[in-house]
Amino acid sequence: MKIAYFDHSATTPVDKRVLKEMLPFFSEKFGNAASIHSLGRFSEAAVEESRKRISEFLNCGNDEIIFTSGSTESNNLVLRGLVKALHNGKKLHIITTSIEHDAILEPCADLEKEGIEVTYLPVKSNGIIDLEDLKKAIKEETILVSVMYANNEVGSIQPIEEIGKILARQNKKIYFHTDATQAVNALPCDTKKLGVDFLSLSGHKIYGPKGVGILYVKNKSPIKGIQLGGHQERNIRSGTLNVPGIVGLGKAVELAGKEREKNNKKIEKLRNKLVKGILEKIPETILNTDIATALPSHAHFSFLGVEGEAILFDLDFKGIEVSTGSACASGSLEPSHNLLAMGISPEVAHGSIRFSLGKHNTEDEIKKVIKVLPPIISKLRKMNPLYKK
Amino acid sequence: MIYSDKVLEHFKHPHNQGVIKDADAIGEVGNPVCGDVMKIYIKVKDCIIEDVKFETLGCAAAIAVSSALTDLIKGKTIDEALKITKDKIVEDLGGLPAQKVHCSMLGVEALHKAIEEYKNKDK
Repeated sequence: MKIAYFDHSATTPVDKRVLKEMLPFFSEKFGNAASIHSLGRFSEAAVEESRKRISEFLNCGNDEIIFTSGSTESNNLVLRGLVKALHNGKKLHIITTSIEHDAILEPCADLEKEGIEVTYLPVKSNGIIDLEDLKKAIKEETILVSVMYANNEVGSIQPIEEIGKILARQNKKIYFHTDATQAVNALPCDTKKLGVDFLSLSGHKIYGPKGVGILYVKNKSPIKGIQLGGHQERNIRSGTLNVPGIVGLGKAVELAGKEREKNNKKIEKLRNKLVKGILEKIPETILNTDIATALPSHAHFSFLGVEGEAILFDLDFKGIEVSTGSACASGSLEPSHNLLAMGISPEVAHGSIRFSLGKHNTEDEIKKVIKVLPPIISKLRKMNPLYKK
Repeated sequence: MIYSDKVLEHFKHPHNQGVIKDADAIGEVGNPVCGDVMKIYIKVKDCIIEDVKFETLGCAAAIAVSSALTDLIKGKTIDEALKITKDKIVEDLGGLPAQKVHCSMLGVEALHKAIEEYKNKDK
């Protein structure tokens, strides 16, 4: 059975063109980029070519890119690396949001245990922060603001440029980081325009390989490495470079920039069709994604009177892959923190399904979902003792 | 997270799903805030559970547990049914992922509540 994949926010297939560029670097040109001999230098050149492609995409210098194992590492690096560089016995304060990925929330919670103060800005019902809350949260001890560019769950886009402007107006330097992992496919990531000092991105969300990403570090920004060893990446991130991964990442980023408009147009059209079909055919359905302020790829629904994991499996049996914010499907048995932060009740959050579209989705796949989902929801609602029949 | 084939089979084709309009007793547990609600209907004759039906709001594991539980108690005496443990249900399903074992506890609770109601009626 052919799979209709609607979980691009979880991961994406590697683009054929990306894979082609990566392949020679596994067994043929396999040198360590730090080796001085010709095989090593070949790898080094490939890494630097990739770095150049990424710096062009981000509108920054080559020397402002650090290769990592992905956004989780990049996020940990900026949070801990900045604190490490600035820690001088004084009290430090970080501002972030309640809808960040766990790769920001967990290191922040860890830093709180070490005495760093963290403010988690609330969001409105559309999943976006209120800039007034940010302004009020800034204090003397604030060293960093970290706000994700686009949310992985509902797709809400944060006002990064505006935040950049607010921070630029402060009378002391507050560093600004954005986790752009979910934004790279759909949104421009010009670091100068965004006004960021740090930016995380990951390969496997943009039709590149898993296990590789970058942290953009604006020149002269303080940061200290947290993974120490062979002094690679100017001692900010030691470890043998994942050359095939890095080559793939460079190509993936280049393609993302070049094909963004074309892909967005196609994806948005399909997403809107999906939303229309589902809202028309299935009563008591809430659309949690605010279309006007979200990525073109996302359609996050809550189906009242049904549990999300059950919907997910029923769709999976029909060859349709999605994800859910239900507690039952999370390791922690808590419903998604993003949905709760948006003011969605746990009861409604349990019945949630996220569709995150990608560049390979087709109209036929959308039609299949619209055909297959209504009877699934009806069947599960019938089984619910509390759902009025 | 891996579900056994048995769990998936019960989820795909649940046994004894529905209501009993003239049930002798009903046991409902859980709450929608947690995303888990199980309701068991039993029909009892001469201390034997003649018929049983379930309604469930919950994940694949919850639905599978409900289905497997109704199979286990149908045709048994009240006392035999009371002896069924969550471990028996999990074993019958070929195992459950660790974070789903609590669904089997919910099933046992619903059953016990139904039996308790039946016993109270009797008095």
